[in-house]
This record gives sequence, C-alpha cells and structure tokens, in this order.
Amino acid sequence: MRTSASLSISRSSERMQGSTEKSRFRDARQDTIAAEVKGLSKVYNAGSARPYEALKNFHLSIHANEFFTLLGPSGCGKTTLLRILGGFETLSAGTCTIFGQDVSRLPPEARPVNTVFQQYALFPHMTVRRNIAFGLEMLGIARAETERTVERMLELVHMTEYADRKPETMSGGQRQRVALARALAPRPKLLLLDEPLSALDLKLRQKMRLELKALQRETGITFIFVTHDQEEALAMSDRIAVIDQGRLQQVGTPEEIYEHPESRFVADFIGESNLLDARVSGLIGGEATLTVEGFADIRTSIEWPLVVGQIVSLSIRPERLVMREAGKEACSGTARVVARTYLGNAVEYHLMAGSQTLTARAPRGGLRGLLDFAPGDEVGVGFEPGSIKVLLS
Amino acid sequence: MSARQLSLSSRVSPRLADLGLLGPAIAVILLFMVAPMAIMFVYSFLQAAPYGGVEWTFTTEAYSSILFERDFLDDSLTFTPDYLIIVARSVCQAGLATLLCLVISVPTAYYIATRPERQKNIWLVLITIPYWVNLLIRTIALLFVLRGDGPINAVLMQFGIISEPLPLSYNGFAVCLGLIYSFLPFMVLPLYSAFERFDFRLLEAAYDLYASRRIAFFRIVLPVMRPGLIAGSLLVFIPSIGSYLAPDILGGGKTLMIGNLIGTQFQSARNWPFGAALSMILLTLTLLVLLWLARRAGQQKSDCR
Amino acid sequence: MSNAPSSAMKTIKATARIGDIRAFAGFGAVSVGCLIFLYAPIVFLAAYSFNDGRSVSRWSGFSFRWYATVFGNENIQTAALNSVIIAIIAATVSTLLALGAAVATVNRRASGGEAAYLVLTFPLMVPEIVTAVASLVFFVAIGISLGFVTILMAHIVFCIPFAYLPIKARLEGLDASLPAAAADLYASPARAFARITLPLLVPGLLSGWLLAFIISLDDFIITALVAGPGATTLPLHIYGMLRLGMTPEVNAISTLMLGASTVLVLVSALIGKIGHKH
Repeated sequence: MRTSASLSISRSSERMQGSTEKSRFRDARQDTIAAEVKGLSKVYNAGSARPYEALKNFHLSIHANEFFTLLGPSGCGKTTLLRILGGFETLSAGTCTIFGQDVSRLPPEARPVNTVFQQYALFPHMTVRRNIAFGLEMLGIARAETERTVERMLELVHMTEYADRKPETMSGGQRQRVALARALAPRPKLLLLDEPLSALDLKLRQKMRLELKALQRETGITFIFVTHDQEEALAMSDRIAVIDQGRLQQVGTPEEIYEHPESRFVADFIGESNLLDARVSGLIGGEATLTVEGFADIRTSIEWPLVVGQIVSLSIRPERLVMREAGKEACSGTARVVARTYLGNAVEYHLMAGSQTLTARAPRGGLRGLLDFAPGDEVGVGFEPGSIKVLLS
Repeated sequence: MSARQLSLSSRVSPRLADLGLLGPAIAVILLFMVAPMAIMFVYSFLQAAPYGGVEWTFTTEAYSSILFERDFLDDSLTFTPDYLIIVARSVCQAGLATLLCLVISVPTAYYIATRPERQKNIWLVLITIPYWVNLLIRTIALLFVLRGDGPINAVLMQFGIISEPLPLSYNGFAVCLGLIYSFLPFMVLPLYSAFERFDFRLLEAAYDLYASRRIAFFRIVLPVMRPGLIAGSLLVFIPSIGSYLAPDILGGGKTLMIGNLIGTQFQSARNWPFGAALSMILLTLTLLVLLWLARRAGQQKSDCR
Repeated sequence: MSNAPSSAMKTIKATARIGDIRAFAGFGAVSVGCLIFLYAPIVFLAAYSFNDGRSVSRWSGFSFRWYATVFGNENIQTAALNSVIIAIIAATVSTLLALGAAVATVNRRASGGEAAYLVLTFPLMVPEIVTAVASLVFFVAIGISLGFVTILMAHIVFCIPFAYLPIKARLEGLDASLPAAAADLYASPARAFARITLPLLVPGLLSGWLLAFIISLDDFIITALVAGPGATTLPLHIYGMLRLGMTPEVNAISTLMLGASTVLVLVSALIGKIGHKH
C-alpha cells in the first residue's frame, strides 16, 4: 500500500529519471530481478604475495520490491558485495546487473542506487535539509521540485522539525533517519543499507527495525540490507542470503533459513543449534536410520542422497529438545544436567550425553515449575518430531 | 549526460589525475631543492675560484681541508683541528640544548596535557605565541636581556649581588641558551600532543599495583611516551645543529657553529667548494640521525606486533 | 588478612593524601618557569621600545618616539611591504601546490605515496643553512639574477611542507565515506570535491596558508643568501640595523612584529576552534 506522499515521490522520480536518461530502468515489479551478480569475485592485493579473495564465484539474484538481507559474520564479504553494488569497489571477475543493466564498470554517481552508510556519512557542513536535497541537486532537479521532495522526505522520516539543524547536533537515531531520507529522496531503484543500525542502542535498534520495514513497504523500493545480527535479519527480511568466507551459504526466507538450514554453518550461525555427529546405519525409502552415541537410533526423512556408513551432522534447536524425568517415559537417550541458567522468559539447561554436550531451552511458562531440573540430575532426552535436520559434515 | 558518458568523464584514469595534482608540488621541490643539492654535491669536488664560484677541476681538496692544512711552500698536509672543533662544538651545543629542552618540556607538556579543557587552551596559546614570533626577533630579545648592560645585570648590580656585570652574552653559554630559547616550543608542542593521547588508566593501573609516583612516571609514563620524546628531540636537534642566528647574534668569535662556517664560505670567504663540502657533511649528519630514527620507529612498530 | 603483602598496607596509608591521580609534584612550577623564560625577554624588549631615551639600558620615561621613527623610515616601509608581498604570494602558491599534492596522496594509496611524502617533506629535513647556500648556488648556476624573484621562489619551496602537513592532516581526518556518499548521490568526482571535500577542508587550508605565511615572514638565512644586493625584507633590514648596535628603533620594530605574530596566532587558534566543530 502506498501513501499519497510516496506516490507523488515516485512521480517526481520519473521526471528525474527522464532528465538523467535513467528511464531504461523499468518500474519495479514483484517478479522482476532488481539486482543480480553472476560469477562475481573480488580479490584484494591481486598480484601481491598475499592476495585475499573476499568474494568467491558469487551468484545471487535479488527480486524487485523485496527486503533482502546479506547476513554473515564480520569479514565474510557481505559489505564488499554491497560496496560492489554501490560502485565503491570494482569487481575482479563476473558481472553485476541492476534492473537488467550491466553496471560492473559504472562509477557510483552513474548508478540508480543509493546507500545508507554505516556511520551515516551525513555532510557535517550542511543542514538536514541540504543533506537531503543534495542528491536531487546533483541530478539537476528543478529547485521547487527538490524542495517539495525534501519536505515529503522529512515527513516520511518524522524529521520536519529538525530540517534546519546540522547533523552534529542530533542523536544517533535522528541521524539515522536523515541518512535514510537522503538516500530515499532521489528515489533509487535499489537502497543499500550497510549495517545502519549497528551504531544505535538496543531499544532504538528494535524501534528502527519496525520503521525500516514499514518504510520499505511504503516506498516499494528494493532494500538490500547488510548485517551480522541474525535476529535483525530474521525480523525484517523477505529473504536472507547467509554468507561465510566469501561464499554464499544459503538463500531463503527467514523461516527457510531458520527451520531448514542447509549447512552446519547456517545451523550454527542462525539461532542456536545442537550439532551432533551421527553415522548413517541404514537407508529405507526416503528415510535414514542414524546412530548417535548415547542415543537410540533415530529415523528421519532425508533431503539429499546419503550412503550407509557416512558421517553426518544432526542439528536440533535447543527449544525443540524435550526433557523428561529419566526412566519414566520412553526417550531417545539420557543425559546429565551440567548447568542450569535462568533467562527470565526461559530456562536453559546444559546437558552431557555421553561425550556430547547439548543445550535445551524450556519456556518458563510452559513448565510452571512442574518440571525443573538441577545440576547433577539424570534426565531423559527426546526430539520433537521433524526437529532433526541432517547436514553433511 | 548519459550514464555511459558520466562513467567516462569520471574515470579520467585516477592515476593520471593524481599525477596532475601531485606533479607541480613534486616538480617544484625536485627542481628547487633536490637539484640544488646535487649541484652542491658536484661543487664540493671542484676547485674554488678566487672571487667565489668554482673552477671545473676535480679535487677532494674541499673535504681534506676540513682536517688538514696545506702548506703554501711544500704542499705538505698538516692536521689542523680548527674546523673539526667547530663541527664537534655544533654537535655538543645542539645535543646539550636538546637535552635541556627535554628536561624543561616533559614536565611542562605533561602539566598542560593534564589541565582542564579551558586552562589547557590558554596554556597552548601561550606556548604557541613564541613559536610563531620571528626567530630573529626572539634572538634579539634574548641578547637584549643578556647584554652586559641588560636588565639581568642591572638588577643583580642594583641589589649588590654582583659588582661587575656577568659575562652572559657573546659566549657559549649564551649560544646554548639561545638554541633552547629558539627551539623550546618545538619540543613542548609535540610532547603535549603525545601526552594528550596518553591513556591515564595505565597510571591508575600502576598505582593499583603499588607503584610510587616516581616509579610510575619513570617506568610507565616515559617509556610509553618514547616515540614522542624522540620526535620532539629531533625537532630541536636538527635546527639546532645547523643554527645560524643564535651563534651569530649571541655568540662571539670563538663560538662559531657549522652553520656560520658554511654561511661565511658563501659570503665573505668566498670558498664555495669548501662551503659545499661542509654542507654535504651537515646534510649527511642530519639525514643519518633521521634515518636512525626512522629505523627505530620501524622496529618499535614491529615490536608491538 | 594478617598475611596481606606489606606493600599493600603502605599504599593504603599513602592514599590518605590522594588528589588528582595524574599530578606530579613540581611540574606546575617547571611549566610556569618555562613560560617566564619564554616571555621575559620579549616583554623586556617590548617595554624598552617605549623608552624615551636613546639608551637601551636606562629607562627615561614613556614615549612613542621610536615608533614615529620607524613609521617615518622609508627603508623599513619598503622592507616590510616586500616581506608581506612575498609572504602572501609564497603562502598562496605553496598552499595551492600542497592542496593538489595532499588530495593526490591521501585516501588513494597511490603506489608511490611514500616516495611522494618524502619529497614533499624534504625541505623540512634539510638544515636551513644548507637550503640557503644550495639555493644561492643553484640560482647563480642557472643564471637568474638574485633579487625579489629568487627570494620568492625559495620561499615557495620551503613553504610547501608547512602548508602540506595541516592540509594532509585535515584530509586524513575527513570521513572517507563523505565523498563516497556524494558519489552515491550522483555527484561527479569534481562536484563531490567542490561541494563536500573542499568546504570541509577550509580550516586545514587556512591553517596551512597561515603557517606558510608566518614561515615566509620569519625566514632570515635563506632570504639573506638569495636576496642579492637590491631586494630586502624586514628581517634582513632589522639584522642590518642590529649590526650598527642595539637601538630603541630595533626594539620598536621588533615589538610591531611581535604584535603581528600574536594576532596571527590568535586568528589561527580561532580557525582551529571553528574547524574543531566539524
């Protein structure tokens, strides 16, 4: 749904595109590809004794109109990818297209893309208003038009009353909003956000998550968001790309990424996971029998071909591990409670099952104090049906 | 302008653009600074012309005449320490001035760095003003107070502490004082900015571990500040050793330093090759000190890793 | 608790006199002494410029007569004018050269960056007297007659590093993502420089220019050697006056230069303050 404000913004942007001959970028539609990288790699210090490959043969398509997140630990290459999309880094190999146009060799000023920088990069010598107007001025938009768009942007991010202040007098959250307004004002085809929430404190960060998401829906602009915070990624994104060591690990909706991790890394990095080593001891139809030390054999459906004798990893989320009183009910195995941690809304138990350590989390309300365990207790451990993911080691 | 044109115009090969920006400054310095040094190097191996300038005959006479005097009659060389003494005196005077500057500057810079913000700014301006006052005028001012009939002697005689004016000027003492007076701010300011960056939690940690104030200062503060101390010392030592004005105005005939000796060769004495040779020696001396320092700084960096 | 280390006990006693943890006894006294040492000579020199008598050692009443003499002296006026003209041109040209050099060397990691830095700061590493005689030899060798032009050229050269260093420092202090943000908002490199980098660089440019101006005004020895017989600057003129002995006139003109320097320091401190705000 679009507000009237954003509708007129898009009208002004069409005129703007006309003046800069950017009209070959078609209007965003849900099924069109907004950005695509193919065979992309980026090598730093190429030709030196120690070349460093930040991105390795990277393929990724981002749909128009989606809130897309690049997620990974620091140094994984996600910011490099964003900077390549923005034109701040040159790519070493491959291609990079934005709405069908190859932009691999275009400088930042020739790309229909705007960026919200990590530390915002607001121009310190200009007021909020002039900061927001900058991009429009550079595009040669008429003054009256520019001023109107700036007003609308100020309203959009609720900063109207700060219009004539300098950035240095404002708080982190306010700067954040100005940076957003500045990047949205020229109505880019893609908005790149480089960890824009990392400089804010927790409360404000959570508030800005909602605002960002709402802003994305309202403007209909494709957002590409970089973060190392998995919670942030899960909360805001339509789709997430998990990146590690310059390689794409998995792409999918938050649910897909969380519920169906395809690799040990993804299972471990997104949320928490118990990772158990298992051996494939039997294969019947679409099901496999897995042997895990200290547990009864586990039968589970499989998504990729396995061979008997193969060593795999099992991933189970802590909240899907079931604890029962030992010996009372049938369980997959037994474990000893090593530590109990009170978390407010939940209790976390650290368990030893044979030589493997496990973490179980029980919601506080769910147990009502009926079932609680203390360090030293022997407990029975079971898995909720469908909770086990088989990952290739 | 289309996107493609834009891309072309902004990609005027950054390397070429850099060359256009950097080129003029580099060219000016190469032409007016480095080329003259090369000419000096060549001149130092040539024969002196009688009224200044050079004759194009190769000789090492300029260098040997620093240590030896050629006898007019039989062309034999006899060792004369006169010039060597001047070089040694320059090194000693500059070294002493540097040391004394350090002794004054370390407490001063530290004290300023630990003042509250407003006081700090006032102190800084007060130290900066003499730094920017014309060197010639400051040297004249020092001569003014040190003279035989200057205010220091006048006051001392007034109170009957001395009956004869003290010989404060036109000697080695005055020259050393002049060097300190000239270059003291060069030491205080960089030391200040070094102390400014000092992490005072280190001091708290030292006291926490039972260090006395004295031990904390000598074992914690000064070692951490060493790069700053070395940089400050250099900023005093290098201009001191080649100093011209302080020995010229405050010194007497027996307190000449290498700078004056060089100046004389191009003014009254008109022995360009000899002056060029002395210049090369002074330049080498300075660059060696700098090189030694750069290597130490490099070592320190690798130590930290 | 009885076997706690005795040193701990000692420290606990010592904390009875705790004050500013950073303070060291005697440092304040040395600092005040340092100020007195720096200021006493120039204050005396300035005070005696108002002495009515011809003697520079005996006070004989307050008067402006030596200032009148200075202002009536045409040679001094010519020398002062020369000094200022040379300083303005040298500071301006060297600041422009330094600006280009700083932009090219900072944030670009050009391959020859280290070498360029060495060349640009080379004039700082060479003892002044060596620069002075080398410049003299050079101008004579290439046949430029000594005078105003040679003074100006020499000044431009040794002012470059003084202008370069503050500009470079300011440029390095600038957030590198600002020009990137400008490019992101469709500014060409030239417009990004003109609209973003240059305005933010102004404090660095001003302090670089001011420093170069002062350094040019201050110089004695290089000017003395490349001046030739015709041209003169204020320091050269004062030096010449000094050869005839200490006169109250020397005090008066020195005091005027002192005042000028003080004003310049205050101006630059003000610029620094404004620059600090960004």
